Amino acid sequence: MNEQPLWEVFIRNKQGLDHKHVGSLHAADARTALESARDVYTRRMEGISIWVVESRYIHASSPEDSGSFFDPANDKVYRHPTFYKLPDEVQYM
Amino acid sequence: MEDTNIYEYTLMLADSSLIMGQRLSEWTGHGPILEFDIAITNIALDEIGQARLLYQFAAELKNKQEPGSKATEDTIAFLRDAWDFKNLQISELPNGDWGQSVLKIFFLAHWQRQMYGKLIYSPIKNLSDVAEKALKEVTYHVRWSSDWVRRLGDGTEESRGRMQKALEYLWPYTQEFFEPEGYEWDGIFENAGEDFFENMKIEWNKEVSLVLTEASLTLPESHTYMRKGGKKGLHTEHLGHLLAEMQFLQRAYPGCEW
Repeated sequence: MNEQPLWEVFIRNKQGLDHKHVGSLHAADARTALESARDVYTRRMEGISIWVVESRYIHASSPEDSGSFFDPANDKVYRHPTFYKLPDEVQYM
Repeated sequence: MEDTNIYEYTLMLADSSLIMGQRLSEWTGHGPILEFDIAITNIALDEIGQARLLYQFAAELKNKQEPGSKATEDTIAFLRDAWDFKNLQISELPNGDWGQSVLKIFFLAHWQRQMYGKLIYSPIKNLSDVAEKALKEVTYHVRWSSDWVRRLGDGTEESRGRMQKALEYLWPYTQEFFEPEGYEWDGIFENAGEDFFENMKIEWNKEVSLVLTEASLTLPESHTYMRKGGKKGLHTEHLGHLLAEMQFLQRAYPGCEW
């Protein structure tokens, strides 16, 4: 059964607005993946909605790129809304 | 009289769930892969959960009928002998291979869905409450086991052969599902007409046959010898062994807690 593809499981809990990654599992098809996700990851009322995505469809950034990908954002304070002073007249921002 | 009927009927449901749960729990740690090991263990736990609620109600009835009998869910589960158990025989049968186990779940879950589907309208509140909770659980068992029956029946030559063998082994034990015992009395159900059990049987047959056909499995010949008697305490050789293991601790160390 090892040749069955790997799936990533995302679960939304009762209060949550978004699905969060909770883990992965092996399954032959999407229906089985959903059922196994239900059986493995929602036994303690963790969720009310499940997404499964075959892992091979997820493309990830690589750690070697992290310098060029993420460090340049460090000194761009002006990208945060708090950088700007709002005139008192502007309400409800 | 009415209470005796309700008591025995409740035991029949509870025993079927408990014995099924105990038997399926033998898979724990031995499933084909981790995901399915957990899935079948969940089902075993659902069954035992249903049994507990039903035994609690049965104990209440017993104590009302025989004040001083001090019955609890545990005394009923652990201190009765095989001939007192009223479970459907199919639940005590050995697990066999994975195909045989999922087919057992498939047959029993379809029966439970019919039964609980009617019980939610029962005038007996304890029973309708249990049915409401259990119906959701067995609806999932039906879905899960039907998928497996299709997958293996319509799978490779090897898997189809094994499923067909399991079908021939288990089919004779399905006859007693809808043959009512004396205690399966009208008052338990709402508006149980003359054809009550017959209609449930037709519905069950329809649902089960549909999946088995999709799974390209062939139903055994209609003249197959059909077994029955579980509901009145007649059992296969397998129940005694199962009880010996399940009841050992309470028999050897009465009242033991941990």
